[in-house]
Amino acid sequence: MILSTLEYVPGKTVTSHLGIVQGSTVRAKNVGRDILSGLKNLVGGELKAYTELLGDAREESLQRMQQQAQSIGANAVLNVRFATSSVAQGAAELLAYGTAVVVE
Amino acid sequence: MLSSPLFWQLAIPVLLIVLGFLVGSGRERAHYRSILAREDAMRDLPIISIRRVPEDLPDLGPAPDTRMVRGNAVISVDYFKRFLAGLRMLFGGRVTTYESLVDRARREALLRMRQQARDLGARMIVNVRMETASISKGAGGAVGSIEVLAYGTAAIPAGGGRTS
Repeated sequence: MILSTLEYVPGKTVTSHLGIVQGSTVRAKNVGRDILSGLKNLVGGELKAYTELLGDAREESLQRMQQQAQSIGANAVLNVRFATSSVAQGAAELLAYGTAVVVE
Repeated sequence: MLSSPLFWQLAIPVLLIVLGFLVGSGRERAHYRSILAREDAMRDLPIISIRRVPEDLPDLGPAPDTRMVRGNAVISVDYFKRFLAGLRMLFGGRVTTYESLVDRARREALLRMRQQARDLGARMIVNVRMETASISKGAGGAVGSIEVLAYGTAAIPAGGGRTS
């Protein structure tokens, strides 16, 4: 499966467009991490626990998008974009979407 | 005097501000040093926001492999800067303390993306986009920390990149 933020795949041609595919996940912050990050907030700097949390969550939304693309017979997802929205206080939705295509 | 609740109500924020100033500014300087050193090391891996892979690059060839790469960073401000920003909010104008916060987060996210691309053997990252999310709000709705995500497509010489 080729994932790309471009609208084409160099050296290949798109033979059919299969429409938009998406994958998303909603994550809440963990209380333990929150307390530690609260302390970290006093001195500033990177909140590694959150960086990891969001990194893992994006990986999962990409995985789900790929599954959806695979199930409709695509072999590439082009023009992939990420979006983030906060669903509730302390919970965030991470969305990945793109256009599923068949390339040859 | 030490037993008066008013004394502690004043002393604790002042202590936190001093702690935030001393530790926070030291950490920020250290972070900037690290950012500058790594940016120097990455000079030969250009990142562009153009939507096509340039066709005139000799080492990429006509049909390079492309792979998505990304990097993210969550950075928070210290208590001292938050206090300064709170003051600034009263008068309006430029909030320099938050400017450095978003600057650090963006550059760190870009560096992580470039590191991932370099590990794949990429020569360039094309169509780079950035997204900023403020994930935790502090007291009174002030920005506590922000997340920056940078993503793009790494162009790797056909057959020359490493797989994984």
